Amino acid sequence: MVGWAIALHGGAGDIPIDLPDERRIPRETALRHCLDLGVSALKSGKPPLDVAELVVRELENHPDFNAGKGSVLTTQGTVEMEASIMEGNTKRCGAVSGLTTVVNPISLARLVMEKTPHIYLAFDAAEAFARAHGVETVDPSHFITPENIARLKQAKEFNRVQLDYTAPTPPKELENSGDSQIGTVGCVAVDSAGNLASATSTGGYVNKMVGRIGDTPVIGAGTYANHLCAVSATGKGEEIIRGTVARDVAALMEYKGLSLTEAAAYVVHQSVPRGSCGLVAVSAKGEVTMPFNTTGMFRACATEDGHSEIAIWPNN
Amino acid sequence: MGGWAIAVHGGAGVDPNLPAERQEDAKQLLTRCLNLGIVALRSNVSAIDVVELVIRELETDPLFNSGRGSALTEKGTVEMEASIMDGTKRRCGAVSGITTVKNPISLARLVMDKSPHSYLAFSGAEDFARKQGVEIVDNDYFVTDDNVGMLKLAKEANSILFDYRIPPMGCAGAAATDSPIQMNGLPISIYAPETVGCVVVDGEGRCAAGTSTGGLMNKMMGRIGDSPLIGAGTYASELCGVSCTGEGEAIIRATLARDVSAVMEYKGLNLQEAVDYVIKHRLDEGFAGLIAVSNKGEVVCGFNSNGMFRGCATEDGFMEVAIWE
Repeated sequence: MVGWAIALHGGAGDIPIDLPDERRIPRETALRHCLDLGVSALKSGKPPLDVAELVVRELENHPDFNAGKGSVLTTQGTVEMEASIMEGNTKRCGAVSGLTTVVNPISLARLVMEKTPHIYLAFDAAEAFARAHGVETVDPSHFITPENIARLKQAKEFNRVQLDYTAPTPPKELENSGDSQIGTVGCVAVDSAGNLASATSTGGYVNKMVGRIGDTPVIGAGTYANHLCAVSATGKGEEIIRGTVARDVAALMEYKGLSLTEAAAYVVHQSVPRGSCGLVAVSAKGEVTMPFNTTGMFRACATEDGHSEIAIWPNN
Repeated sequence: MGGWAIAVHGGAGVDPNLPAERQEDAKQLLTRCLNLGIVALRSNVSAIDVVELVIRELETDPLFNSGRGSALTEKGTVEMEASIMDGTKRRCGAVSGITTVKNPISLARLVMDKSPHSYLAFSGAEDFARKQGVEIVDNDYFVTDDNVGMLKLAKEANSILFDYRIPPMGCAGAAATDSPIQMNGLPISIYAPETVGCVVVDGEGRCAAGTSTGGLMNKMMGRIGDSPLIGAGTYASELCGVSCTGEGEAIIRATLARDVSAVMEYKGLNLQEAVDYVIKHRLDEGFAGLIAVSNKGEVVCGFNSNGMFRGCATEDGFMEVAIWE
């Protein structure tokens, strides 16, 4: 008899070990809050698809993560959000990109999955679809936070220096502050019947080109779920796309017979470059794994047998 | 074994009532494209360059659903997407929502080679195109009379259906078709995908793949299908290059292109076995086809749809262009 399990992340990246309390504590608190929400929902019998969506909505609403409110900015100082969701047993999925006014991109992704014959809608048309379905929209300024304005400024300065500078490393004071590399939020869940779901949402890459799409809305890259497992990835989008990260975890289980933990570890530590990726995954058997090859990953998980964890850096 | 190999496709799922003349035109185009690729391969052009030049030819010709001759959106405009992948180092580039770039596959290549990203779309992609100086045309350039007619039929077919997913019980007002065959839940005479693609392995054993399309006839604006999604419509690794076509949603859910390589990598299957496996086991109720090459110079086509426009050739002189089983 297997139990439910849930895992969520708030981004993997070069999170400095000396992250100041005022940046660390709100995020840890948010992770705990979201974990509790997800656990209650699972305990009350909500389907994993609903659980994954509601947890990601909560993370999108929180301004300290790179999704929804608090999304990083494009090179033009705007916000372009994307998300995807997938249900394991049916492999139904939905994805959206280029959102600028939709308060909860993950819910729009779910609507695309449930209310259209398509999987993926983007930009103006996705926004129009949102309005046609009465989805909550706000002025784009709602999503922009002072921290992200500062991150964008810093990223532009860093790029300028990177272009000019000839020595191997740029001056320390202009190094990325570390958490400007944070990407993405996500949640995976499984119930005791083995129903699986995965949801991922992001503002993308700081200083990204307008119109740049990352791994998050690409099924098989940032999000994947089938009858064996559910996976949500975070990190450098371009590497996650090349590495078809989320699909590969499931493929290794399916084709090579690896366990969830082995498959996830293989993908994160062997298939993608160091410093590029982290993921959370659950299996139909109620197992959980949260590997990453970056300095840290904001993460939390819980299983029915009482295990629970909230962490940022490696455990050892 | 070994040596170069190339395959091209013009879509999986063919109207069984397709006029003979059109079948002939299709075969001629596929032959011409194969020959273009063969000449290049014999002059040691690399796999990725061959993929691009062959797809450019397919995009430029109005016959199939890519570039000029693309299917029309519900508003009667054209919105194209494409992706390309270089097996060596698995570099990739993709574009969606392209409306004025003459050759979307070349823009996808530029995204791969000249931008820090893998995938650009809509106005951002168009801006990038202008900065790169690629050839720009009006959206009208891509619209053909054939497709204007098809869109009309598609809208008539749709107006009879209340639920897109329910198969029509003898679609009365639709195109004069006696065929019950459907793609994406609608008559194949209107909805044949005709996405194009090319896969190549060159003399050095390097694999590459590319796919380009106008997407689904009468599609919602902003709808993205499988063609620009790495792992779904296109994939290439050290072992193989794959391009898929058919029901986009089925291909995405199956991560079809990636899975060909994955079963080779993780189950040790050879190319033929891998293609057979994914077509048989990964499509569930969906219809699709694919072309694939391996680093050993093999080429395979597989499909569970009603026909697939395809052609392939290998260095040892084998060449075949076909539509049906």
